[in-house]
Amino acid sequence: MFPPQFSVVIDSDKCEKCKRCTVNCSFEALSYDEREDRIVAKDQKCVACLRCASKCPNGAITIKKNEITFSPHPTWTPEVRLDIMKQAETGGMIIAGMGNDINYPCLFDQIVIDACQVTNPSIDPLREPIEVNTYLGKKPKQLKIAEDFSLETEITPNIMINTPIIIGHVSYGAISLNAHKALAMAASKAGTLMGSGEGGLHPDLYELGDHIIVQVASGRFGVHSKYLEVGAAVEIKIGQGAKPGIGGHLPGEKVTEDIAETRMIPVHTDALSPAPHHDIYSIEDLSQLIYALKEETDYMKPVFVKIAAVHNSAAIASGIARAGADAITIDGFRGGTGAAPEIVRNHLGIPIEVALASVDKRLRDEGIRNEVSLIASGSIRFAADVVKAIALGADAVAIVTPALIAMGCTVCQQCYRGTCAWGICTTRPDLARRLDPEVASRRVYNLIIAWTMELKEVLGALGMNAIESLRYNRERLRGIGIDQKTLEILGIKAAGE
Amino acid sequence: MSKVIDGCGISGIMSTKKNLIPGSEIVTSIDSMNFRYNGLGGGFAGYGIYPDYKDYYAFHLNFENQEARTKTENYLYESLRVIDDEPIPVRKSELIDDTKSISWRYFVGPPRDIENTDDYIVKVVMHINENIPGAHVFSSGKNMGVFKAVGYPKAVADYFRIEDYSAYIWVAHGRYPTNTPGWWGGAHPFNILDWSVVHNGELSSYGTNKNFLEMWGYKCTLITDTEVLAYLFDLLVRRHNIPVEIACNVMTPKFWSEIKSDNSLKGKALQALRMTYGGAIVNGPFSIIVATNNFMFGLTDRVKLRPMVAARKDDRLYIASEECAIRSVCENPDLVWAPRGGEQVIAYMKEVT
Repeated sequence: MFPPQFSVVIDSDKCEKCKRCTVNCSFEALSYDEREDRIVAKDQKCVACLRCASKCPNGAITIKKNEITFSPHPTWTPEVRLDIMKQAETGGMIIAGMGNDINYPCLFDQIVIDACQVTNPSIDPLREPIEVNTYLGKKPKQLKIAEDFSLETEITPNIMINTPIIIGHVSYGAISLNAHKALAMAASKAGTLMGSGEGGLHPDLYELGDHIIVQVASGRFGVHSKYLEVGAAVEIKIGQGAKPGIGGHLPGEKVTEDIAETRMIPVHTDALSPAPHHDIYSIEDLSQLIYALKEETDYMKPVFVKIAAVHNSAAIASGIARAGADAITIDGFRGGTGAAPEIVRNHLGIPIEVALASVDKRLRDEGIRNEVSLIASGSIRFAADVVKAIALGADAVAIVTPALIAMGCTVCQQCYRGTCAWGICTTRPDLARRLDPEVASRRVYNLIIAWTMELKEVLGALGMNAIESLRYNRERLRGIGIDQKTLEILGIKAAGE
Repeated sequence: MSKVIDGCGISGIMSTKKNLIPGSEIVTSIDSMNFRYNGLGGGFAGYGIYPDYKDYYAFHLNFENQEARTKTENYLYESLRVIDDEPIPVRKSELIDDTKSISWRYFVGPPRDIENTDDYIVKVVMHINENIPGAHVFSSGKNMGVFKAVGYPKAVADYFRIEDYSAYIWVAHGRYPTNTPGWWGGAHPFNILDWSVVHNGELSSYGTNKNFLEMWGYKCTLITDTEVLAYLFDLLVRRHNIPVEIACNVMTPKFWSEIKSDNSLKGKALQALRMTYGGAIVNGPFSIIVATNNFMFGLTDRVKLRPMVAARKDDRLYIASEECAIRSVCENPDLVWAPRGGEQVIAYMKEVT
């Protein structure tokens, strides 16, 4: 046993013993002791999800960090010691949820954005139109137009979205159906897209298919003709930023009947996604799958490919563009996950900022930037990150964790346990029903609208009224405290230059 | 290298019947807006000034030293047929510091076995600008030339003896850079082949445009945002055969809300252009005058954050930052108007639209 991370403090003057907190705690940290007539907390079990505190009618519950447990040491931090104790006890790999929690320097936070002064009037988005419409898909390199304006160049399908912010992939199974519905409804209302994740699509969501990118991952869960038909685009998932190079694992206890049917697997069997696609051992195999999916969808839908950001992303992305993909999602090493080995989550892959910058540059250097759209994901935290990502070369960004937080997630990082107290990352019906999809979707929609407004505000300050003018416009970024080599990779100058 | 930010004034005069306009007229016109400049740049482009060599590309070169000239000439003689060359006549003046400037012109033809001569000339220009230190090609079109320097436009005109030339199109520029390396290459007009651009404004989209153009082999070496305008027109109109009016729409596209439900052939074309040429959209405040041997046009940004006035008189089209620049050389125009934001004013040889 190791010391608890948090301590639950219940103010006995305020507590009315209504027991609401004991019902709400899905981690079994709170119970009612009849003999003593009081709420009893097992600090050991508390994960600081704050469900109890937020549901207590009297504000009687406070969750505190248990600060004084360990004698301090710079190398043998409490986290290091806790992990060792856990492994000594279990002999297993440590599984973790959410994104990388090591305090690597965040390049986004070392990049600042330009603004207009005097010589270039900024534009007030409340007075002037500012366009953020974004097209995802392959563009022709050059257009041929006849005298009567008829197009002589074939245009492959693109998806037009109202904002360069899409909701990334998270599967039904990893999250509840209510949560999946909420994301799809929000994407639809905001005129953007959401990713199905690799768990197929529940038939209830088919009607929102125009706003859903359906994913084909190494487990091929829930992939059938109808699935491909209802989606707006198809995405082949090669890798995920939180766990590059490894597959996925949805434990059997989460595979309820509905999920089993959607994934097309037996109830309560583990849903295992292999580490690689076993029909893709090289780039030419990827190209075959891209074209197989295009054949199946009559070349009417763009095919995206998602990769984790790794050292060689630029060359890989170039290969993917040439393999026929219409868009590439690059997922940085801070991206989230339902469950991943901690060692992989924390130590494999590279930050999205550098991966994105090097991919965009490589595609431009090769003159094939038009062949694919670039979607950046993995720790986009707020609208400023959106601006910086687009200026570094992204066509759009994908967000998941912010959308989950908008729905109520408090980032307690217990996603892999299936006991999410907020009804998001769980398939237990009693917990899942805590999330009202209408309310949750409105909150996610609000978030996207708010970020889009902020994006327009910054575009106005930059003197731009079209998002196209920000794309790979690294002139408008500057770095603070970034080393020369990394500045070169980012393609930006130092602040003051 | 970073771009330089400009405030400025511009003027253009064209005869649609190719009647020659004395250089003194454009000088009077541009000089009338003197308060728009700060003496850090002025320049002129004249079309029809070299009738004797009209089938050859006229290269106006600026050298910062003799070594640059020697290197450039070695390269020119290697890669082109040089028909004639001479120093550009200048009138020395205290107002123009030319201690680091040698102006020379070459009339050249491409080697005989070249398939696309224009493409070849562009490569030669890019090579000189990028690889020969201290050498810059100020213009490379046929029967035209660019004259520019650091100084007020009037002083630049006196230095280059603009009054000695006559042209059927003149464009001129006076500069007020807010951040300047004070060099001749940064003055306007900017030119590639037949295209000359004078520009008042600042391109907030410069980084995007530069990166987009580099995919097509252009090198942005002149440290100013205006350069990309000349290259964008060359790419869109000459290389991609997009009619010039449509090219203007690519650079200052109609708002998406205006075209998204237009299912006509033109509507569809505009949508496809917007999608394909996002990197060619020019953003930020600007008014520009663009000339070739066949036409002259004016264009402003989509919300017209920089001034532009146009006027017609007989066979003449006038475009300028301010009306005074027109009235100073044409007292009673037939028509004077202020073009709308993003709306092109264009005149072709022999017809005015």
